[in-house]
Amino acid sequence: MIHERIELIRDYGAPGGPMLQIMDEHGAVRRPELVPSLAEEKWLELYKAMVLTRAADDKALQLQRQGRMLTYAPNTGQEAAQVGPAAAMEKNDWLVPAFRELGAWLYRGIPLKTVYLYWYGNEYGSHFPEGVRVLPIAVPIGTQLHHAVGIAMASSIKGEKDVTVAYIGDGGTSTGDFNEALNFAGVFNAPVVFIVQNNQYAISVPRKKQTKAESLAQKAVAAGIPGIVVDGNDLMAMYAATKEAVERARRGEGPTLIEAYTYRLGAHTTSDDPTKYREDSEVEQWKLRDPLRRMKAYLIDQGLWSDEQDAGLYEQYGAYALEVFRQVEAEGEPKVADLFQYTYKEMPAHLREQYEEYVRYLEGKVE
Amino acid sequence: MALMNLITTINHTLDRAMDQDDRVVVFGEDVGVEGGVFRATVGLQEKYGDKRCFDTPLAESAIVGTAVGMALNGLRPVAEIQFSGFVYPAFNQIISHVARMRNRTRGQRYLPMVIRMPHGGGIKALEHHSESLDTFLGHIPGLKVVTPSTPYDAKGLLLAAIQDDDPVIFLEPSKIYRAFRQEVPEEDYTIPLGKAKVVKSGSDLTVVSWGAYVHEVLKAAQILQDEGIDAEVIDLRTISPIDRETILESVKKTGRFAVVHEAAKSFGPGAELIALVNEGAFLYLEAPPTRMAGFDITIPLPREEHHYFLDASRIAAGLRRVAQF
Repeated sequence: MIHERIELIRDYGAPGGPMLQIMDEHGAVRRPELVPSLAEEKWLELYKAMVLTRAADDKALQLQRQGRMLTYAPNTGQEAAQVGPAAAMEKNDWLVPAFRELGAWLYRGIPLKTVYLYWYGNEYGSHFPEGVRVLPIAVPIGTQLHHAVGIAMASSIKGEKDVTVAYIGDGGTSTGDFNEALNFAGVFNAPVVFIVQNNQYAISVPRKKQTKAESLAQKAVAAGIPGIVVDGNDLMAMYAATKEAVERARRGEGPTLIEAYTYRLGAHTTSDDPTKYREDSEVEQWKLRDPLRRMKAYLIDQGLWSDEQDAGLYEQYGAYALEVFRQVEAEGEPKVADLFQYTYKEMPAHLREQYEEYVRYLEGKVE
Repeated sequence: MALMNLITTINHTLDRAMDQDDRVVVFGEDVGVEGGVFRATVGLQEKYGDKRCFDTPLAESAIVGTAVGMALNGLRPVAEIQFSGFVYPAFNQIISHVARMRNRTRGQRYLPMVIRMPHGGGIKALEHHSESLDTFLGHIPGLKVVTPSTPYDAKGLLLAAIQDDDPVIFLEPSKIYRAFRQEVPEEDYTIPLGKAKVVKSGSDLTVVSWGAYVHEVLKAAQILQDEGIDAEVIDLRTISPIDRETILESVKKTGRFAVVHEAAKSFGPGAELIALVNEGAFLYLEAPPTRMAGFDITIPLPREEHHYFLDASRIAAGLRRVAQF
């Protein structure tokens, strides 16, 4: 089609306005026809997974304040955007994290002890049990999406049906890698689902300063792939949207971008002070939309849960998390050999020399 | 045996690797239908299909990053960067992930992948097409950096690189892609990574070089030979990790050392090689170890690039000073 005058494209038909929400902020199901067909006990199980995430998160923060844990990136407020997608995946599907997905990691089989080891500053925090198809945390923002696309392309090339789910944050959508990865995924029709946890801030920079785009989901449009904005604090909606995207990918229908519209109730990491860049009133508003609160209300309403059970559960998980952390503290120092022996499959001569010289020094045999 | 030049050898070797192992996939910009701008991948898509040899969109970070993902999920990707001067956008992937995955996961996940790229100058190309990245790449722990100087070595080194369980950067000296032909065996063989090769033995001084410069150094050695100076020439073949043993053994024999490389002089691999000679053979030295390298300038455009690149007569002049010190 040829325009008769200079016609700027402004409306891409992008998913920018409406947001998928199944359960409202009070835990009332507003779209019953969209509720995923899961057994009711399953919703309780997913709720418990969110409570565990919250309790483990709070414990990590406490321990950090006591000087026992190093820098930690808290998850509070984002549990539904983590547990929902993780539960919508099949056993052999791959998870490619950014760095703030505690709920998804635990659900996909990474032991809490391993997670704590990571934030305790130990490389074994990126060594997972056999068969757990989760990549380590990727600190350089956006870089992990390429790995997700590559894993997904490999699944296609090998004729396997596994799907890869990858996380990124709102700040990450400004990187070249984000755009390159969406583009590659589209061109190769890779079975991958990108989840943007839009928690409204990249450290201190608000979402509005990342992009003029109306939504982050609409960034899918230029790559020719579908995108959707989902209420990231609605466990049912996050589960349903991811399930749909994952199954699309599995059927060979290609990638999807999901913007999980959520909020980071805590700090970026324990190193920053969010009161410097946002109003308390904003935080208070978002507390009312807490994903745990609304799921709890739903379960109580369904007769599956009670306030008493709930208080006990949080306490129990907190005690468990503390016990796990004590195990981490009791681990002792990793072997010095570990510093050297995983740089290559076999230690080259120059590295062996550096290692052996250092060991002689440690043993007091300085030459 | 067949007579092959460097580029046809690369093509033949990729073909052999893909034939041997279904996990080997080859991709990059213009790699599929066109067969690569230098024709390194000609015929591979036709033979193995577009799932195993394919064109990618123009994004180097994504080319390397998707290779990481493929390697994590059971493939052995061989990614092509069209020219080494275009690899900078992929440095984040190379430094932050390619080189670190094995260590980060304490050996659990590793990356059997190769990144191939035409490398070095002297082909009168546009800006950014003549870069020497030895220094940058050699400095990164976790990478192996390999560069062949002959078709025969290229086959053995590339097959070894593809079979290696660590990531390998394979630098192909574009200046000698079609410079000469050599007998290359049809049957497969590997040359161990990390092993240098004495390409001319001699008793008066040791000269280390690699890539296209090996041939200039050999010409320079011939000039010196006619003057009665007997140089031993070592082709490093693997820039990282360095084969110290071969170099030190030679220096202990000759007592004199020079290194010749394209990359800019300061902080370059020459400095590293001289340091290891000083550390390992100081008391054998009869002359200061010397480096001949690129000037510390941006590589010039074609009109003046001949000033930057060393030829046999300049190399001979430098080596003569070392021999006569």
